[in-house]
Amino acid sequence: MDERENVISILVNNKPDVLARISGTLSGRGFNIESISANITKDPNKTKIILTTIGNKTTLAKILKQIAKLVDIITVEDLTGRKAVRREMFLVRFNWQLEGRKEKIAALVEKKKWKLLCANDDTCIVEITGENGLAEVMALTDLGMEDFTRTGVVAIEKA
Amino acid sequence: MKISGAQILFKALAMEGVEVIFGYPGGAVIGIYDEMTRQNIRHILVRHEQGAIHAADGYARASGKVGVCLATSGPGATNTVTGIANAYLDSIPVVILTGQVPTALIGTDAFQEVDITGITRPCTKHNFLVRNVSDVGRITRDAFAIARSGRPGPVLIDLPKDIMQMELEEADVNFNGEYNCEEEPVDRSQINRAVEMIREARKPVIFSGGGVVMGGASAELRELARITGAPVTSSLMGLGAFNASSPLWMGMPGMHGTYCANMAFSHCDLIIGVGVRFDDRVTSKVDLFAPNARIIHIDIDPVSIDKIIKTSLAIVAGAKSALSAINAELAEYSPSSHVSIWQEQVLKWKREKPLSYKKSEAIKPQFVVEKLYEVSRGEAIIATEVGQNQMWGAQFYHYKKPNTFITSGGLGTMGFGLPAAIGAQVARPDAIVVDLAGDGSIQMNIQELATAVQNNIPVKIAILNNNFLGMVRQWQEIFYQKRYSHTDLLGNPDFVKIAEAYGAKGLRASKVEEVEMIIKEAFATEGVVVMEFIVDREEGVYPMVKPGSPLTDMDLGPMAPEEDSRAEIGDDPSTRSFN
Repeated sequence: MDERENVISILVNNKPDVLARISGTLSGRGFNIESISANITKDPNKTKIILTTIGNKTTLAKILKQIAKLVDIITVEDLTGRKAVRREMFLVRFNWQLEGRKEKIAALVEKKKWKLLCANDDTCIVEITGENGLAEVMALTDLGMEDFTRTGVVAIEKA
Repeated sequence: MKISGAQILFKALAMEGVEVIFGYPGGAVIGIYDEMTRQNIRHILVRHEQGAIHAADGYARASGKVGVCLATSGPGATNTVTGIANAYLDSIPVVILTGQVPTALIGTDAFQEVDITGITRPCTKHNFLVRNVSDVGRITRDAFAIARSGRPGPVLIDLPKDIMQMELEEADVNFNGEYNCEEEPVDRSQINRAVEMIREARKPVIFSGGGVVMGGASAELRELARITGAPVTSSLMGLGAFNASSPLWMGMPGMHGTYCANMAFSHCDLIIGVGVRFDDRVTSKVDLFAPNARIIHIDIDPVSIDKIIKTSLAIVAGAKSALSAINAELAEYSPSSHVSIWQEQVLKWKREKPLSYKKSEAIKPQFVVEKLYEVSRGEAIIATEVGQNQMWGAQFYHYKKPNTFITSGGLGTMGFGLPAAIGAQVARPDAIVVDLAGDGSIQMNIQELATAVQNNIPVKIAILNNNFLGMVRQWQEIFYQKRYSHTDLLGNPDFVKIAEAYGAKGLRASKVEEVEMIIKEAFATEGVVVMEFIVDREEGVYPMVKPGSPLTDMDLGPMAPEEDSRAEIGDDPSTRSFN
């Protein structure tokens, strides 16, 4: 069966260890977590965790059941596909000392609606937010991309 | 009025109806032990914390109640980990209370500090580190509710020393749990579908597991078999839920299962699996398991469903509620003639190749188990260790009632049997409780003899002594050309003297005719007795399905001559019909 990236949204009681329980359950059962992001919700007693994992439908079903079984879980949903909006963010540091790079990077920032967060003569840091920006960011090596930090995916149901 | 954390703990335990705690004191729990002197609760002092958790586990299995154990921080807590994993894999409701260093010292590598909630996260159903004295009551109540609800399991509460000493106004104590642990109602449409499938089946088989035993659904299981006429097999964990003297009983299936049960799985057209998880020891090669059968899988834990075996119909429900709903729908049902033909076929398999062994001058371990069955009239509670002793205990003792076979099914923990037998005896003081042991595993928790003697817990220990780690030796014989690497235990102590040194009675049988004699003497003795049976050294457990083979591919072992073979696996001649 086809492997794909699955986006899982988990609403949990904001209790100590709850993130460790989820990640431990997945690693202990041999599933990989690709990305994870967690923070409290409108109700500060609840936390929403978005995690992505690669696997086929059967694997996904097993993961959903294993997570749902944990005591502090309120709901688990599969957000894969069209019914949700998803974003992730990169903070990218460029070395733009080389002749001509400053102009090229500035033009890209303008064109792609990135954000230039800070800059000095040697380097700059750019914020890139998108649905799945890894390939795009990796392609910036020629423009002096030195390093980046990437958030986990966040996603929310459309309605 | 002020009340301390320790007092709140005991109040909550009393609300849960806890009568007995198995434990071992230490620095971090000294306050709890001090409070215990003012409380009306029985405490059984073990000799190792692993003994405490296994005893609480055995108590839970024999009584159906939640077992409780108490250990100190650090090594006390880590010593319970094997037992916690054991209870987790067999879904046994146990609450483990561990001491912890004072809250201010947590995370400093203080003396006897370990992160026990971190260590036990993957082998508990849930665990708690209590951070406020105001949480002690609520968390304790929640721990019991979580342990016993749904698919039961162990729950650990880590109790920092200072929290137990802190005081609170009594009016501010909260004993209301937060978690909703109610069972969801059974889905009627799934019940109707199951009933339809049962009506359509010509060759049905019922496969029951530990979920029926712990779910208290033995009566409903027997009723389903009576209505449908479907032959019954049980996983190791499920033994006892169905009466083994019923003509519908086929014995245990799987790797060391009966010919009859494995043939029935391989030829049936419907499996009604209830409270089972289709473990690899049962299915063997999954692709070839029950090739012609539709499978109804009833389990309280959705995770168990479709984990190993693809089911035709899944019912997520407790065994008791699902089975009684199905039984009610089947009230008017009478099985077709196809089912009678199937019953005849099953009976034929059962008679054709019953469990058997070859008699010899040496004592056969199977013979010892048969004698235990005869002398106790099948009324004993049998706890086992792990290995050959466990399989013979499953094969040659025929269980009539649930909660009478106590064995480490999932984890396979050597050293489980003796402390579990102690726990079972505490739960059932009037029963004969036997620890069926091997010479290897008895030595893994032999210190608990002192617990039994000191607390007048009159367990009977039957050691099948072949001076080998028998099951591993058997695998070395079959798969490793008899290279017996480190399985020879010829340095064993004198078990009779060991018994006597602990203040128990020690008996030994080295000839066949002594077997029954010493069993009778042991059962007639009031206190703790160790029976040592010097058995045939290289006896193996058969039938055996090699891992990766289909269930039909059974090695039946050195078959006994016809007159020697014992057909009585659940075969009561007076009721040899299917009515």
